[in-house]
Amino acid sequence: MSILYHTDVTLRERVAECLKDDFKHNAIKTAQEVFYNKRAALVEEMGEGWEELRLHATEIRNHVTENLDYYVKMFAENAEANGYIMHYAPTDQDALAEVLDIFEKTNSQSTVKSKSMMTEEVGLNEVLEEAGYKVVETDCAECILQKAESKPSHIVVPALHFNRDAIRDIFTEKCGYEGTSVPEELTHFLRRYLRTEFLNADVGIRGCNFAVASTGSPTLITNEGNGRMVDSVPKVQIIFVGIDRIVPDLQSLDTMEALVPRSAVGSKMTAYFSVDSGPRRSDEVDGPVEAHIILMDNGRSRILKTDFEPMFRCMRCGACLNICPVYRHITGHGYGSIYPGPMGVVMTANMVGYDKIDTMTFACTLCGACAEHCPATIPLHDLIRQHRINIVDQGKNHSEEVPVFKLLKKMWSSVGFYKFAMGAGAPVMGLFTNDKGALDAKSTWMPVVKGWTSTRDFDGLSKDRFRTWFKNHKPLAAEAPVQKTEGTEGGGE
Amino acid sequence: MKIAFFPGCMVDMIYPEIGIAAVNVLERLGCDLVLPDEQVCCGQGLLNSGYRDYNIPVAKMVIDAYDRPEYDLFVSLTGSCMNAIINDYPIVFEKEPAYLERTKKLAERSYEFTDFIVNYLGKTDLGASFHDTVTFHKSCHVTRLLGIKEPPLKLLEAVEGLEYIEMEHADRCCGFGGTFSFKQPEISGEIVYEKCQTIIDTGANVVVGADVPCLMNIKGGLERMRSDGRLDRDIRVMHIAQILDARE
Ligand code: SF4
Repeated sequence: MSILYHTDVTLRERVAECLKDDFKHNAIKTAQEVFYNKRAALVEEMGEGWEELRLHATEIRNHVTENLDYYVKMFAENAEANGYIMHYAPTDQDALAEVLDIFEKTNSQSTVKSKSMMTEEVGLNEVLEEAGYKVVETDCAECILQKAESKPSHIVVPALHFNRDAIRDIFTEKCGYEGTSVPEELTHFLRRYLRTEFLNADVGIRGCNFAVASTGSPTLITNEGNGRMVDSVPKVQIIFVGIDRIVPDLQSLDTMEALVPRSAVGSKMTAYFSVDSGPRRSDEVDGPVEAHIILMDNGRSRILKTDFEPMFRCMRCGACLNICPVYRHITGHGYGSIYPGPMGVVMTANMVGYDKIDTMTFACTLCGACAEHCPATIPLHDLIRQHRINIVDQGKNHSEEVPVFKLLKKMWSSVGFYKFAMGAGAPVMGLFTNDKGALDAKSTWMPVVKGWTSTRDFDGLSKDRFRTWFKNHKPLAAEAPVQKTEGTEGGGE
Repeated sequence: MKIAFFPGCMVDMIYPEIGIAAVNVLERLGCDLVLPDEQVCCGQGLLNSGYRDYNIPVAKMVIDAYDRPEYDLFVSLTGSCMNAIINDYPIVFEKEPAYLERTKKLAERSYEFTDFIVNYLGKTDLGASFHDTVTFHKSCHVTRLLGIKEPPLKLLEAVEGLEYIEMEHADRCCGFGGTFSFKQPEISGEIVYEKCQTIIDTGANVVVGADVPCLMNIKGGLERMRSDGRLDRDIRVMHIAQILDARE
């Protein structure tokens, strides 16, 4: 499983690394701002229609989830009727074996790829390269990552962490580029460079945003047109489809299509949107001669009938990343998973299990902004918390923290103990507070509170309890609240 | 009509002045307040850290203290406690049907402080006066999770002399997140500094909120920025109850 990377260091170490990189930090913040503003404008333009659309999409996605067998069968049958060769891959290993088998049987040596999270998830590039095949990523950002041997920092704009100078250097070193760092010049170079790769590749590999059951059509959303080259030039085509990508018909596809680009990048539509229908027909001049669909589960169905089932609705739009206050500062690299941000925390924990995810579920303030922005109305923050609950229930929490929570439980469920602790705690804390009554930067040696005081001041316990004041206070007399009428503005006491 | 008042543990432990201001405001409005002695904490830090079972005895104590026939209404001064009780206790009490039922009933007669004044009592002008520039942090629990958007703003609008300046991304999280701020202090610090910067950028002299934990976090952030030179003036951090109690 290649979902996690940088597993040799802890979350906090990865975060510290990210925070040192000012360019990356600012690039993500700017991107969030741009996506946020563009999306907000489009959503406002739609008024109540936006909420209706979200709820409608939620219903459609739930309906498919509840009738998954039926729709998988329908999609597979109709895709076969379109001429696709179907392969079922319960696990990543099955998917990899199917791809290697296709390469061998078709005598293929090389592949051009359009961006696909699923192939990343299974680690396809590494496996193909190890087997001696040439793999070329053709999405601009993915191509940069491949040449730089770097990992995506965002699911929709994965090379956000490189500036134009860095990109020029990568192209110069890896592809013989001799130009400047002007973006137009870089993209023109890339276009020429990739053209040769498209023309020479044996296999085109890509993912699928939605798979339409009623027509057996895989669809693809791209912005650069490279997906169409991948689809139409090589003689063999392989499409990765997740079992959670299915929509019933073209009408429901339309609903998803209205939501995804708006949610992802704040656009009404993407530059390219393909609805495919099989290999080249006898009367057609281009397109693949042989087209394969790898329908992959790889742990997806494990969440059905669990608390995490809503995640099956995810459209991989990235809206939850674009609004997340944590993602904003730590980028995809902080999470160390190819699925970052709120959706990534939920999915990664589901897919790799609690033993391997470090403290990732704590990279979240539970603010709920993700859920509010998710086009599929997934209660992401609740699901993240559910992971935390499961981790504790299964005894996979850090044992050092248990006494602290035990003490809190005891204090908060016994008035006597609470009063005692407050009575004893206030004067002790008072020994360490500054003239404003707060623990400041000098208190970073203190256990537990040091986390807080390393970045902020911590107001100390008050000498007086509110409850004591309340018990002794004489209730104020009710006063008729002043109603604002001419001439009696303000008033009060 | 008796109102069972829930100040939240931070008010009792750290900020009694916020509780006092809120009591003044509500009593002037004619409310008959009760503070059950068994009120301590809603315990949300336990559930949110995954310790659901630890939250059970804490939540039971809250329900036993507040769900009593002699109390007509429940008013919470802090949005996040209110959210914990009405939205999260159903998860805590998953296997405690009797308490689950009582929580649901209590939720029906529960109000967050600003929502109670504006929507239950139908008041916005409380005769307060506060002559200064104010910005308002729209906390996640009040604004998003409880969906209370207008009431605090309406109340501020009616305060004599108060000049309101909206901050950028006023509804973006302040980075507190309960134990998150202890477990991931570096991320939490970045978020709160950014929040503080948006507050500083408004030029307002006072930042107000309706959620005590956020205020504690923002205050801690501002103080630190003040002491290490990133902030060169004093910015007061106040709960909306203190503004509504003000006659200055
Ligand atoms: S969880 Fe929702 S917002 Fe996040 S990627 Fe999936 S569909 Fe988009």
